[in-house]
Amino acid sequence: MAVAKSSFKKSKQKNAVLPYLYLLPAFLIMGVITFYPLIYQVIISFTNFESKHLLLGLKSPELEFIGLKNYIDIFTAALPVENFNFFRVLTFNFWWAISNVFLHVPAGVLIAVLLNTEGLWLKRIYRAVYILPVVVPPLVVATVWTNIFDERYGAMNQLLTSLSMAFFGGTDPIYIRWFEDVRPPIPGFLPGAPLTLAYYAMMIANFWLGWPFMSVVATGALQSIPKDLYEAASIDGATGSQQFWGITVPLLRPAMIPAAVYGFTLTFNLFNFVFFMTGGGPARTTELLVTFAYNLVRNLRWYGVAAAFAVIIFFVALVVFLITNRITRATQNYQEA
Amino acid sequence: MAVQPQTNKNPIVRFLNMNTSGQTGGRSLPLWRQLLLQVVALAILITVMFPIMYIVTLSFSSKTTRPSQLEILPKEISFVAYQQVLDKPTGNPVTFIELLRNSFVLSMGVGAVALFIAVSAAYAFSRFKFKMREVLMVLVFIPLLMPAVGLSTPLYLLLNQVQVKQCADNTVAIQPITTCDDGKGRVQFNLRDSLFGVGIAMTASALPFAVWNLKGYLDTIPRELEEAAAIDGADANQTFWQIVIPLAMPQLAVTFFLGFIGHWQEFVLTWLFLSQPKDYTLAMTLYNMTGQYANSIPWNRFAAMAVIVALPVAVVYIALQKQIVGGLTTGSVKG
Repeated sequence: MAVAKSSFKKSKQKNAVLPYLYLLPAFLIMGVITFYPLIYQVIISFTNFESKHLLLGLKSPELEFIGLKNYIDIFTAALPVENFNFFRVLTFNFWWAISNVFLHVPAGVLIAVLLNTEGLWLKRIYRAVYILPVVVPPLVVATVWTNIFDERYGAMNQLLTSLSMAFFGGTDPIYIRWFEDVRPPIPGFLPGAPLTLAYYAMMIANFWLGWPFMSVVATGALQSIPKDLYEAASIDGATGSQQFWGITVPLLRPAMIPAAVYGFTLTFNLFNFVFFMTGGGPARTTELLVTFAYNLVRNLRWYGVAAAFAVIIFFVALVVFLITNRITRATQNYQEA
Repeated sequence: MAVQPQTNKNPIVRFLNMNTSGQTGGRSLPLWRQLLLQVVALAILITVMFPIMYIVTLSFSSKTTRPSQLEILPKEISFVAYQQVLDKPTGNPVTFIELLRNSFVLSMGVGAVALFIAVSAAYAFSRFKFKMREVLMVLVFIPLLMPAVGLSTPLYLLLNQVQVKQCADNTVAIQPITTCDDGKGRVQFNLRDSLFGVGIAMTASALPFAVWNLKGYLDTIPRELEEAAAIDGADANQTFWQIVIPLAMPQLAVTFFLGFIGHWQEFVLTWLFLSQPKDYTLAMTLYNMTGQYANSIPWNRFAAMAVIVALPVAVVYIALQKQIVGGLTTGSVKG
């Protein structure tokens, strides 16, 4: 065996160039279509690149290097865009991701626990149906819910109307303007960023989309908890809720934290969903960093500003990654302890 | 040990998961709790089914007016809306088959190309120790931090500079290598405004992900087989093609289909880059059928389109459910 190992090693040494050859295709192509654009992006973020420079690019005679002006304009809300404030968008973006995950994870766990109850009838049917929201592409979910929240023809207002007529003696149909109303229903709920009805509509739709995934992860983890633990606990006289907090929750944590982190990063950049439902409106109150960046490049065509914005997004993403990575690591230590 | 209820031979009883053994020991559920939990589970079931039934009901409706009252059970099964969507999906001169083809070409093509290029790099990172390994791995990881929107500006600008032009003196100029004498010319082909260009842009973000994902999987394949092959005199190339690739096949397939789910819904780059209706994808068409752009589009047609766009992803997801969830949970257990 020792001889075999050393000969294997020797063949490795002989081929010192080999790993680089294997890397070559990927790095050649990434060099052209990933790394070069990333560098190009940083360069044009210091220029006033607009549509008129499209033809000649960096060789345009009128292209000016304007230093950090794009960055300063973004941070000081000096862009000639209505209702734009970088720090408000950033605050909303973080709140959007956090509030979603904090609803999805507990709901997913509770429903998984419910379905894990031994002897529950129709368990398989429930499990099969509850997975459906995970299966539908978010883009379709967003378009469907956009129509559900339609002011006049949408299912939500129709449902509220029939509920109000049946239980509260209402006579008029309800027309809530979910996506247009700019007045926050609970003023001052989130300091620095007003939460309009559109936010709540998106929360409802994304809750529908989000908890089943957490539930699937929790179900998998629940089934790996040994049943003996619960039996030992109940022999010792632990009640149901004591068992839940003492056994279920700590043993689910190692599986749920990475799922929550995954959900957070996904929700933080949930472009398709937000763009399809509100487009960032009304008055940019539901704008995420990614949807605003998209507005800059697709509608306003300020390529220089858009590039600067993308560089900022990169650093925000880096911070988010460092934090979430920390959290995941911390729970690993917990698991080993 | 819990008292296991005896397996009942009646398939209906087994399917409904009913405990008919009459045993009261162990952890069988008291009736009142059973009923309470059933009510809760049913309520959740209704909320889950509500949007799905709403859209399915709409899609089977023949009414072209907007819904004036709530219906979540189909009163009729009419395929008019589906037929109309298949016949003439948009106001533009583009057929459904073209939209479908564009969506499939982009989502399959990008996935396959990214995988093909990524697998050898993943192998190198997983199996070799070499100078600069860590640096190069960080380099591959950096683009992963950037959301697709973040890379869209430079890709738009760079791809837009690759154009084929018909000049005034009837010669053809290929930018950026040659230009027309007068600096103008009629654009024949713009790489940015083509499926190929969008494919390149999509590959830019798919590639780092594929390298990272495959490396993670190759790390879990034991090396004994490769070492045995080396003893038998196989060189690294033979080992790679004849041992590693076949072993990694299942994961290659999973990575490919995971990519497919993502690329099928790709909207950021396609909506930014493509301007000609013949290049549109199904996702772009669906966007055109909602919100401010869709005042004239009957909702039954929108609903039919939504169902059509959702179906391929749903099928792939259901088929791969175990691997997708398994990947996440085993990853967390291993850390």
